[in-house]
Parts: sequence; C-alpha cells; structure tokens
Amino acid sequence: MEEKQDLTAAQEDLEASELFLEDEEVLVAGQWRLMWWRFKKHRIAMVGAIFVIAFYLVAIFADMIAISDPRESDVQQAYMPPQTVHWFDGGFSPHVKGVIGSRDPESYKKVYAIDSDVKIPVRFFVRGYEYHLFGFIPLDWHLIGTDTGENERAAPYFLGTDILGRDQWSRIIFGTRVSLTLGLAGVGLSLFLGVFLGGISGYYGGWVDTVVQRLIEITRSVPTIPLWISLAAAVPRDWSVTKIYFAITIILALFIWTDLGRVVRGRFLALREEDFVTAARLAGARDLRVIYRHMLPNFVSHIITATTLAIPVMIISETALSFLGLGLRAPAVSWGVLLQEAQNVQTVAVYPWLTFPAVPVTIAVLAFNFMGDGMRDAADPYAN
Amino acid sequence: MLGFLTRRVLYGIFTLWVLSIVSFLVITLPPGDFVDMYVETLVGEAGVGTPAGDKIEEVIRAEYGLDKPVMVQYGKWMLKVVRGNFGISVEFNRPVLEVVSDKLLLTVIVAVATIVLTWFAAIPIGIYSAVRHHSIEDYSLTFLGFLGLAIPDFLLALMLMWIGYFYFDFSVGGLFTREYAGANVPWTMGKVVDLLAHLWIPAIVLGTSGTAAIIRIMRANLLDELSKPYVVTARAKGLHEWKAVMKYPVRVALNPILSLSAYIFPVLISGSIIVSVVLGLPTVGPLLLRALLAEDLFMASSIVLMLGGMTVLGTIVSDILLVIADPRIRMVNQ
Repeated sequence: MEEKQDLTAAQEDLEASELFLEDEEVLVAGQWRLMWWRFKKHRIAMVGAIFVIAFYLVAIFADMIAISDPRESDVQQAYMPPQTVHWFDGGFSPHVKGVIGSRDPESYKKVYAIDSDVKIPVRFFVRGYEYHLFGFIPLDWHLIGTDTGENERAAPYFLGTDILGRDQWSRIIFGTRVSLTLGLAGVGLSLFLGVFLGGISGYYGGWVDTVVQRLIEITRSVPTIPLWISLAAAVPRDWSVTKIYFAITIILALFIWTDLGRVVRGRFLALREEDFVTAARLAGARDLRVIYRHMLPNFVSHIITATTLAIPVMIISETALSFLGLGLRAPAVSWGVLLQEAQNVQTVAVYPWLTFPAVPVTIAVLAFNFMGDGMRDAADPYAN
Repeated sequence: MLGFLTRRVLYGIFTLWVLSIVSFLVITLPPGDFVDMYVETLVGEAGVGTPAGDKIEEVIRAEYGLDKPVMVQYGKWMLKVVRGNFGISVEFNRPVLEVVSDKLLLTVIVAVATIVLTWFAAIPIGIYSAVRHHSIEDYSLTFLGFLGLAIPDFLLALMLMWIGYFYFDFSVGGLFTREYAGANVPWTMGKVVDLLAHLWIPAIVLGTSGTAAIIRIMRANLLDELSKPYVVTARAKGLHEWKAVMKYPVRVALNPILSLSAYIFPVLISGSIIVSVVLGLPTVGPLLLRALLAEDLFMASSIVLMLGGMTVLGTIVSDILLVIADPRIRMVNQ
C-alpha cells in the first residue's frame, strides 16, 4: 500500500518536473521560436502556409509541372473542352479518351466528339518539350504527360484549350509564376518605400513626419483604382513583356506602400521613447545603428505580417488590371491575362473552362489571408 | 467642431488639388494625344505632316485648347473647373458634364444600393456571430466572410452572369432593359422599377467584400463590448438577454460601422469601375476606361477628379457621423 503511494508520488514528481521542463523551455525560447509555436497552434493559418509554399513550388518548377509548352499553339485544337481522366481500366491505368475534332457545318463552330476506342495513357515522369530548369539546367522530363511519340503534341488537356489551342493547364501553371512573383516583387518594393518613409517619419518626427504623414494621407484618400487605371493606361503599348511587368509592379507598389508605412511609423513612435533606445543613443550609437540594431528587430515580425497581407492585394490588383487589358498583355501569361479571354458572358457560356484561372486566384488570395491572419496573432508572442 | 470641420474641408480641397495635378499629368503622359488621332482620320495617313494637315491640326488644337504646354492647359482647365465647367470631351464633342452627369447619378445609385444591402446583411450576421461565437454557425459564417474577401469582385460578377445565363436564362448585364436604356428616356415609374429589378446583381457583387469586412468588424466590436462589466451586471440583474445585447452593446459596436459606411462609399464608387465593365453597367467606370484609351484628356481627368471629390466628401461625412454618433469622441474634441 505504502509502496503504491510512493509510486504515485514519484509519478507526480516526474510529471511536475516535466511540466517545469516545459515551462523552462518556454522561458528560454527565443522570440522567433515562441512565434512559431503560436503560429503552429493556428490551424487554418498552417493550412494557408502549406498552400502558399505549394504555390511557390509550382511557380519554381512550372516547366516540370506543365504538360506542354504554354506558348505552343495548334489551331486545329482550339477550344477543346477539358478531358476527363479515367483512372481504371481493369487495373490501374490512368488514361484519357481520344477526341475527334470537326466543324459544325451550320455554325462553323469547332465541335469535339469523344472517341471511346482510342485510349491515350497518362504517364508520370515522361519526356516532353525541352526547357531550362532555373534558367540553366537543360531538361526535358515532365511530371505528367502522355507517350504520344515525338511528333505529336503531348495531350491530355485536363483543363481544355484556349482560342489558339494552347493547353489551359500549362498556361495556368505558368501564370502562377508570373502572378505570384509580381506580387512578391511589388510587395518588396512597397516594403522598401514603407520602411524607408515610415521609418524616417517615425524616428525623426517633426516636419519630416508631417510631410510623410500628409503624403500617406493623400495617397489613401484619393480614389486609387481610377488613378492606377490611368497610370496603367499610360504604359506604352509597344514595351516588351519584361518592361511592362516592372512598370505594373511599380504602379501597384506606389499605392500599396502606405499601409506598411503606417505600421512602421506606428512602431517607431512607440519604441522611440523606450529606455533601451535612449540608452543606445546615450552610449553613442549613431542613428542608423539605433534603427537597425536596436529598434528594427523589435518589429520585424509586424512588418512581415503586414507584407504577407499585402501580397493578396497585389495579386488581385494585377489580375484586375490584366483582366481589363491594362496590365500585362499577351504574350505574357498571368492569371489576369488568362481571364481576359473569359471577359464576356457569351464566351463563358460556350467555353466555361476558360474561367478556371479564377480558381487559383481565389485559393492563393485565401491562403495568403489565412496565413497573414495567423502571423498577426503570432507577431507579438509576449502578449498574454 | 467648427474648427475641426473647416480643417477637414480645407485639407480635402488640398488633396483634390494634388489629385487633379497628378491625374492630369498622368493622362498626358502617353505620347501623342487625341488630336493626333483625330487629324489622322481627317486627312489620312499621307496627309499628316503636310502643310494642309498641319494647318488643320493647328486649328483643332486651338479649338480644344490643346495647343499650349501641359501646365498652361492644366491652368486653363482648372480655372474652368472652379467655375463648374469641366471642359469639352473631344471624343464625344460635348461638354464633359453633359456626358457624365447621368452616369454619375447611376454610379451613386449603385453605390447607395450596395451600402444598404451591406448593412442589412452584415449587421444582423455580425451580431449573430458574436452572440454565438465559437459555434459551428460562427465558424462557417467567418469562413464565408473570408471567401467573400478573397474572391475578386469582377470574378464574382462573371460567375453570377454565368449562373444567370445558364440556369435562369436571364441576362444579368446592364441596369436597364432595352426600352429604358439611353439617357433620354425620362424617369418614369416603369424605369425606376426596371432599375430596381436590375440593381440587385451589381449590389450583391460589389457588396460582398464590404459585407464580409463589416461582419468581421461588427463581430469583433460586439465581442469586446459583451465581455464588459456593465453587460455582466445587466445580465446578473436579470435583464432579458435580447435587451442586454441589443440596447447598449450593439449600439456601441455600431459606431465604427457607421463611419465605415461613409468611408466605404467612395471605395465602392472606385471599385465599381471594374465590375461595371464586366456587367456592362452604364456608370462612369466604362466611360473612364474609354476616355483613357482614347486619350480624351479633359474627360478622363474630370472623371478622376469627380471620383476624388466623392472620396473626400465620403471621408468627411464619415468623420462627422462618427462625432455625432459617439458622444465620447465629441467630449474629447471639446
């Protein structure tokens, strides 16, 4: 009996010490580790983060995931509806059915009939068109594809084809690359503007603060959409794809930096009067050192959060601009450019698969918002 | 209060002035202008640059006031704008105000309808979410709200059009059926009814993200309020739950929403540009787009300036509403 009591006591001791251990871990854990723990608890944010990572992986390995060259057209296969993948055919053998294209004699519309006799096998890790991974590693294998031989175009069109017979799936994959990097680049630029202007405004105060504050207020109280439409319309039509890409990035960044600027300024104002900042200044640290060494680490997490939440805004803006025909233009491929083909209801009614690019836009925006939400909660791990 | 108002108004005018310069400069940025295109259509490609062609160009430029440097053009235009004359649209060859006015009216109608819809949907849902927080209903409403924020509204418009077309055999675009379209049709009862029948779709499309935002804010505000001691006291004293929620906490939580609505108004007006293009609404959005592409300088700058004016007005109204609605802010200001 006594022995048993001892045992439970020992067990309790053990549990208590484990608890203590855990506590100690919390006590000594660094800021970033605490944030990570807190972020991990936020389930939806984790799901969002996984999606975001997946999206960027797709952007990096776009060539590999694409089935056929997104620029390659074949008018013979224009507006082909999506092909359904049949997974089993006695045993596991994914395949799509053959498709026969013909012209409707009355409407001259291209019609496609399914030819059930022809079976085109869908294979994984097949050879296809050649590309350069990361821009310099020559490769020719792809994640999915068919063995149709060298001469024929690699079918399966999971998501159909567009007006020029280009593979919608591959184009969406490539659009991911453009849309997501444009978002990142634009946010990077507005981050620079926001941190620089917000920083000097909050740190120096006085007339600098007044000027920057007015600038932010004017930018915010002005109707942004008409203004960025005007700016985008001013981008010369004959510029190259890359030039337009950067122009659009800069235009969008010009309107988005204000949020970041406000966050940074607010933080600077809050920290400026703290004892450790005064101490650093009294110890003879120069302005830049005080800012970068002593103040910035205190609110990097807030900046990252604000940045994350700005990316979806960029993505939507780019999509909207390109959709209106004022943003990126063909031959560039972005989600907005793809959606431009689905601009009127007649086209959408006849070729509904042209609206598919809307799906990744929505998912990406949701994922970034969820992730940003979780990050906002985690940004200040010492609260509570 | 009066000092506050004067400051706000002066500041608004300053903002508009900056906006007018920026937009004017931006719109004149692309090489060439409307006159170049116009002359080319008049004299043909071969005629451009010949003495006769130049003469014609000179005359047209002088007529439209496009023969001086940009800053002079701006100055002249601004002098006219101050007197309520927005110049002439070179594309329509009519005064800008005449072309824009009835579209502006429709733009405002669409925005107001959207705000009304947003209020009626968002406030009850927000209250419900807060009262039942952490329930399944709350979570699903929150998720729907996120979805509403995430879907770009022009995609939503496209989706609704598609659904209307396919399942209801109903053409979603526009604000009027053919017989009532056109600016010359007088505002009869029939036209109003026709407008109302079409209005709900743009209102839903434009209102989704605003509704989602207001639900979130309403929920958060009310949750803050509900945990305060005075609510606990009210409940402890046996006040009916309905009254304990609706009478005081909801009123307090509504204040920021009130100011937000006036603020949302200009956002809606700007935001409706893209949706209007998709839905083919006769508002200023498609007009602005057209003016920009045709380099119709005065038209485009006037529209941007008018939208800016509405934005500034909306912000001022929202500040005033907040001061009126919330005695605490009023006290601080005094």
